[in-house]
Amino acid sequence: MSEAVLPPARVALVGNPNSGKTALFNALTGSRQKVANYAGVTVERKEGQVVTPGGRTLSILDLPGTYSLRARSPDEAVTRDAVLGRLAGEQIPDVLVCVADATNLRLVLRLILELKQVGRPMVLALNMYDIAQRQGLRIDLEGLARELDCPIVTTVATRKRGIAELVAKVDELAAAGALASDGGWAAPDAGQIRQAHREAQRILKAYVRPPERPDTFTGKVDGVLLHPVGGLVILFALLFLMFQGVFTWAGPPADLIEQAMTALGSLIGQALPDGLLKSFLVDGVISGVGSVLVFLPQILILFFFIILLEDFGYMARAAFLMDRIMGGAGLHGRAFIPLLSSFACAIPGIMATRVIDNKRDRLTTILVAPLMTCSARIPVYTLIIAGFIPDTTVWGFLSLQGLVMFGLYAAGIAGALLVSLVIRKIFWRGAVEPFLMELPAYKAPDAENVTRNLLLRAKIFLTRAGTIIFPLMIAVWVLSTFPYPPPGATRPAIDYSFAGMLGHVFQPLLAPIGFNWQMTVALVPGFAAREVAVAALGTVYAIADTGTNGATLATTLAQHWSLATGLSFLAWYVFAPQCASTIGVVRRETNSWLWPMIMLGYMTALAYLAAFVTYQAARALGG
Amino acid sequence: MNDVFAPPRDPDGLTSAEGVLAPLSTLHVGDRGVIVDVRAEARADDHGVGVEELQRRLLEFGFVEGARVEVLHEGAIRRDPIAVKLDDMRVALRRRDAVDVLVLLDRP
Repeated sequence: MSEAVLPPARVALVGNPNSGKTALFNALTGSRQKVANYAGVTVERKEGQVVTPGGRTLSILDLPGTYSLRARSPDEAVTRDAVLGRLAGEQIPDVLVCVADATNLRLVLRLILELKQVGRPMVLALNMYDIAQRQGLRIDLEGLARELDCPIVTTVATRKRGIAELVAKVDELAAAGALASDGGWAAPDAGQIRQAHREAQRILKAYVRPPERPDTFTGKVDGVLLHPVGGLVILFALLFLMFQGVFTWAGPPADLIEQAMTALGSLIGQALPDGLLKSFLVDGVISGVGSVLVFLPQILILFFFIILLEDFGYMARAAFLMDRIMGGAGLHGRAFIPLLSSFACAIPGIMATRVIDNKRDRLTTILVAPLMTCSARIPVYTLIIAGFIPDTTVWGFLSLQGLVMFGLYAAGIAGALLVSLVIRKIFWRGAVEPFLMELPAYKAPDAENVTRNLLLRAKIFLTRAGTIIFPLMIAVWVLSTFPYPPPGATRPAIDYSFAGMLGHVFQPLLAPIGFNWQMTVALVPGFAAREVAVAALGTVYAIADTGTNGATLATTLAQHWSLATGLSFLAWYVFAPQCASTIGVVRRETNSWLWPMIMLGYMTALAYLAAFVTYQAARALGG
Repeated sequence: MNDVFAPPRDPDGLTSAEGVLAPLSTLHVGDRGVIVDVRAEARADDHGVGVEELQRRLLEFGFVEGARVEVLHEGAIRRDPIAVKLDDMRVALRRRDAVDVLVLLDRP
């Protein structure tokens, strides 16, 4: 036997959504996965490696789920182009693996017929085969394989069953080489779709015997979860629980990260002499990294809930329950999840808009997502509320401070709905995209898959957000550090920097909304990340340790600002595009500077208007 | 549910020898039948995509002639959207996108 290494082969996983494709991908590749973007588009590209017993390396591409090669969304277009070998920077796959939910073969059979036209070697993986057997569903595997002219492997991805057989089959096809026929696919018309359905129906009838014990669990659960009233109550209870989780559980680990970064900063601060390098490392690098890391606990908790509900099959139900309510504001039912994620951070929220097929529906969602009160606003809100809102109770049991906090959240939501309504009624009139969505059978989430997906989300957040936030933090550090204050300067150093100059230039513009120059200066570093504004206010008011002793700052602010100014600052923060990372992600997701600029413009206008109205009204009322 | 808010039932008033024909968009929870026609006739601006495109999407999702449908659930506001059992799948869609799916209702 020769020891020559077998040539590697490229394998693409194709299948309907909810077919367990990602679970199969995880089972095949384990931890040897890489996530990137396809060249030129913002669709996630997941690739992993597996080495066959014979020594061939298989590069496995997990393509976005689809019902047809006739693509409707950017994700589905990637699947089509990857399968057809038309995707820039991608080679045509050597072997296709069509992943099918064995209990739900009707639609996937049509996709298989479509894939057959492409003419690539193909294996059909009948996944969730254990559920099919439990239901008493009988499939004539040999007959079906003969009819489809493609080998069939039964798999249970979550139990890692059938994986070795699947790898062996793929290896066999890769060794045999490509079939002669090539790219015979063309978008089918209505008649051809009907024809394919008839064909699929015939195949189904001939080789699949319906289940003896069909799934009744899903129907029963839906009776509760999709109840017109009860379903909504449960949905909101779930959301409430989720937010409780995000805000309470994330607190301790976030504090820990913050303390660790502060400790690291002071450690480096002691080791290095005062100077540019120390300032760069401590105020630029470490606080920059820290500002990214501190969101990690919240994002992990939020995604934990989202992945769990998604794997259970609930997310499609949530979109069903919310479609009409969201539709009232011109949003698609699927916009619900991205907007929900935006409460933790607009960055994962905007990244999650990829599930929306239609470009306009998606852009509308992206544009309003930053109006959802993200967690970075909380430190600012907390500081101002502590300084200006008396800690009293209303009607005997409601905390006034909590009520104001709730009001700020409500203002954000109302703003988002209003803006999307304006976009859909004035700029992009016409109905939103059709809402057609499969409600998958409920399944118990698999612990390993949940963990793996969660780790993947964390990695994506750290790399994507990190690569954007970090340079911006450095840029803001440069702005706030240079030029140095002249010798014998009396005012804080930041006042002499570019940030200070910018603050003084813009101050007259912001005077009508009650901002003094200190606030205007703080807005510049606050643009890096909202909560940095708190630290910046501390710097300009020359308070030594603002991070650990927020109460001091709140008291100082209460002495320096009028109530009207404090309220105006809050109103500004509800709407202001005070986060450069979000702008960066929007640029990335829309592949153009137009949309981030539009977002920057409209949000600034809205923030100014809100702060102006608040300030003038509060002054008129004697605040 | 309160029938005052129900969409008008069977606006086309098609009663053939075989039974009652009604667009899927007008059906109530519990109604069941067989799809007999999937057309492309509704007004284009109602869907955000052309009617031909809507028809193809419906067909791709399995709304084809001969498929069995049963309305399982409906939303709280204007009884919209609806969740239907389509052969052995469950699919959610809006009533206004279901106008062109014609169902031959089972006899009670």
